[in-house]
Amino acid sequence: MIAARSVSKRFGRLGVLDELTLDVSASRITAIVGPNGAGKTTFVKTILGLTRPDSGSIEFDGRAIGDDAAYRARIGYMPQIARFPENLTAAELFAMLRDLRPAETPVDEDLISGLRLSTELEKPLRTLSGGTRQKVNAVMAFLFKPDLFILDEPTAGLDPIASGVLKDKIRTERAAGKTFILTSHIISELEELAEDVAFVHEGRVGFAGPVKELIRTTRQDTLERAIAQVMMRGVAA
Amino acid sequence: MRVTAKIAGYQLRDITRSRWLFGYVLFFVLVTDALLRFGGGGEKALLSLMNVVLFVIPLVTLVFSTVYLYHAREFIELLLAQPIRRHQLFAGLYLGLAIPLSVGFAAAVGLPFIFHRAVATSQPGTIPSLLLVGVALTFVFTALAFYIVSRSEDRLKGLGIAIALWLLFAVLYDGLVLLFLSIFSSHSIERPVLGLMLLNPIDLARVALLLQFDVSALLGYTGAVLRKFFETTTGVLVTATALIIWIAGPVVLGLKAF
Repeated sequence: MIAARSVSKRFGRLGVLDELTLDVSASRITAIVGPNGAGKTTFVKTILGLTRPDSGSIEFDGRAIGDDAAYRARIGYMPQIARFPENLTAAELFAMLRDLRPAETPVDEDLISGLRLSTELEKPLRTLSGGTRQKVNAVMAFLFKPDLFILDEPTAGLDPIASGVLKDKIRTERAAGKTFILTSHIISELEELAEDVAFVHEGRVGFAGPVKELIRTTRQDTLERAIAQVMMRGVAA
Repeated sequence: MRVTAKIAGYQLRDITRSRWLFGYVLFFVLVTDALLRFGGGGEKALLSLMNVVLFVIPLVTLVFSTVYLYHAREFIELLLAQPIRRHQLFAGLYLGLAIPLSVGFAAAVGLPFIFHRAVATSQPGTIPSLLLVGVALTFVFTALAFYIVSRSEDRLKGLGIAIALWLLFAVLYDGLVLLFLSIFSSHSIERPVLGLMLLNPIDLARVALLLQFDVSALLGYTGAVLRKFFETTTGVLVTATALIIWIAGPVVLGLKAF
């Protein structure tokens, strides 16, 4: 679904993405993992067109992403940091996003009840706690039934119950044939969800492939250990 | 256009609930009211008010807009991840900031004049031009704030640049012009000074306003030289064009860097 070819990006002197090449298959859950500052967020932002790469190309369903914003209608994005206009309420925020889309767009509000947000909808966003704002953030990503979900550190800041609800929702949508890109700096966090994994380190893909195969070939118990094994071998070779 | 108007509308709703805007409006209401009550006739009050306007609008607009935009950074990114074009979002955000600030200012200054029935006693055209110039300055400095925020990712640096810019335009610039005048006082320097005037939106606004008043005594050294030129139709046209360029320039630059 996504084909990134040799994507490079520098911020001033700091090279963030270094010839990053990665394919994301449709109807799979791909976890992009790697340490802080590895370039995960920058990479997902280039898919969204928020950051323009210095070189390289990204294709979405076979079409290069460019200035045409229309493809973004098919993406649901949950950013890492949830900050909203202080004086608006969550209900107004959802209405605003709905307003910016064509009128006939179907809406999925399951998560509002699932995450128990109904009572918080009429409060100004500035009065909500960080965790609650993160829930609002999650609802927004799922609101328009997109084909591709890009969730940047989705479970960070969520309590265990909310995190569970979100993971169940991800499974339901995956079963319906949707594609997911999840990022996390904690590898084990996405282990139960990930089907494919891409380990990003210093702006490059260190390893990419199906999780099962990785665990089988390395004969390790967990994804974290399997990746460590691959990385060690890479250093040795 | 539809998308732009919607974004501006929601932002308007956010900003009109902010205490900042409320304070800004209250400030101008109190200042105008006080000047009208204790500052003698409408004319004198208007002149004092003009100086306050030329000082306060650039500062508040710059600081408020930069702080607001930095604060909204993540949300702007989220909006950009929606199927919206960049320039639509930019225009929506720009209008959503400049309009409430302008309307707030115009209402805060205009209403006390109506309340005190001072409109009739002052020279015709002075109050509308004061309001117009205030609104123009608001649009200029909102655009400059957009440019600063688009160019600098660092909040503190951006805010620092905003304040430095205000200091430059509101305070330092006149000093530099004065220095320039005294150094070259033996030459005929009317034309360069004219150019210098156009390079500072606050000076430009001041000249545009002073033209409306019948008080050449209050013209500074910088203004006195140019009174003749600015009184002609060409002068008015040049002033208006320069102000428009001052709005359009930063808007275009800001949009490019956005």
